[in-house]
Amino acid sequence: MNKSHSISKKRKLYIYIMKAVMTVSVSLTVSLVAFLIVYVLYKGIPNVTWTLLGTEPSYLKGTVGILPDIINTVYLVFTTLIIVVPIGVGAAIYLNEYASNKKIVKLIEYASETLSGIPSIIYGLVGMLVFSRYMGLQTSILAGSLTLVIMNLPTIMRTTQESLKTVPQSYRDGAFGLGAGKWRVIRTVVLPGCIDGVITGCILSIGRIIGESAALLFTAGFAHSINNYIIGLSSPGASLTVSLYVYAKEHGDFQVAFAIASILMILALCINIAAIGVSGYYKKRRV
Amino acid sequence: MNRNKALEKIIHGIFLFLGLITVGFVIIITVYLIMAGIPAIRQIGLINFLTGTEWKSTGEHPSFGILPFILTSVYGTFGAIIAGVPIGIFTAVYLSKMAPKRVKSFMEIVIGLLAGIPSVVYGLVGMLVLVPAVKTIFHLSDGASLFSAMVVLAIMILPSIIKVSISALEAVPKEYEDGSLALGATPVETYFKISVPAAKSGIAASVVLGAGRALGEAMAVMMVSGNVANMPSIFQSVRFLTTAVASEMSYSSGMQRQALFSIALVLFVFIMIINVLLNFFFKRERK
Repeated sequence: MNKSHSISKKRKLYIYIMKAVMTVSVSLTVSLVAFLIVYVLYKGIPNVTWTLLGTEPSYLKGTVGILPDIINTVYLVFTTLIIVVPIGVGAAIYLNEYASNKKIVKLIEYASETLSGIPSIIYGLVGMLVFSRYMGLQTSILAGSLTLVIMNLPTIMRTTQESLKTVPQSYRDGAFGLGAGKWRVIRTVVLPGCIDGVITGCILSIGRIIGESAALLFTAGFAHSINNYIIGLSSPGASLTVSLYVYAKEHGDFQVAFAIASILMILALCINIAAIGVSGYYKKRRV
Repeated sequence: MNRNKALEKIIHGIFLFLGLITVGFVIIITVYLIMAGIPAIRQIGLINFLTGTEWKSTGEHPSFGILPFILTSVYGTFGAIIAGVPIGIFTAVYLSKMAPKRVKSFMEIVIGLLAGIPSVVYGLVGMLVLVPAVKTIFHLSDGASLFSAMVVLAIMILPSIIKVSISALEAVPKEYEDGSLALGATPVETYFKISVPAAKSGIAASVVLGAGRALGEAMAVMMVSGNVANMPSIFQSVRFLTTAVASEMSYSSGMQRQALFSIALVLFVFIMIINVLLNFFFKRERK
């Protein structure tokens, strides 16, 4: 390649600078992530003990435990998904399979885009007004979950819709041709075809729920007590993120805060890899 | 046969309902925010509320001016964009045009992780690393400042900018680039002088998306900005629209609480403006 010899010095300099800036930008991004992972794990992992993971906070013994927060987070994830998946998948099926009126499709898509742009603090506030106060759920896991349902609906809808679009039209035509009704076609042909979108959506939502804090402050509250699922739903409970905030900002207990942060970090890592893995797996199977 | 038709109709209706739930949520959020936000604005007066420079929500003679919060949010967002956008775009150009496949899929995980880290973790690391660093470097009495918040926000908006810019850059027709290369431009020149301008609507959309994220972030900012209702100044402790709501909501009552709802309404209006802009750029990109 003699090309580089034939261009002017000014152009060479331009290329050189652009390449340098790109290298700096990419390495900055990578080192930032590397630093965050290493720093949080280094500060946090030594503080992750069995007492921390397996007990409730006790003033008598002076120990801190995050078991209630772990359980609350699991309740939040479970409750949210159970409600949001049917709605999201249903909405996606409507948009992709039923809707013939372009105006309605546009309206729903616009609404979904709007929802995904609303900040979580506003969700928290509206959740408090609507679920905690108006519907009388008080500050509870259920009120928190319902708030999270609204937040995660666009995600489930989008991933499901994307995978619905990859179900070949000929499958549907074939089923129709054999005399199946619309509902039967959806149940037997369309739904199985969009399972990867639903799984991807669930993984992304789990990540978002685990990481959410601002929307839960006023809807799910700060309590650290262990309840069974039914009682837990109607009682307040702090998620891992909320208790991280409380331990760091209000108690100044950074050891516990970093322990929680390291757990959250590992979860984020797993979820991220799982999401990429799932979409890769299904892509391969399709081809 | 008739029974089947009726069944199909009912099922169609159910899916339509599920689809319209999203629209319902948007309406509920809007209506509730307006209903909750208007009373305080009425009592204080819109002009006084928006341009008042003093926020004293508790105390004998409370005053509710939110100009400090508005300006802090606007400055903070601009700061984050000025720092985050160049890094994001250069990274996106490298990843979409030059990176080997392996580097690209590795970076996908890295960027996904950056997006997946909960905001409280950013806040925690910011509190213990960034804030002390800012304090020593700039010889301040306290590092919790608008500047620290800008840095954290710049990092947090990076993933949105990189992801959306990459998809915009990848959508640039190959012919444009081939044409430029055939005329003797080097690859790097082609990417920056042909591909980036051709993808400018999408890149603009990524910037607007990032602005929305920065404007709406609450928890991370609350942990690094000091949270005092000063008029914004780069090295002073400040309070954002989001953090104003988050920090006082739990103990507020009466007029103070009403005013917090009004702040949320103002934030919501900002986000809606951003949504409209975002739609505009995405539409232009599709053309």
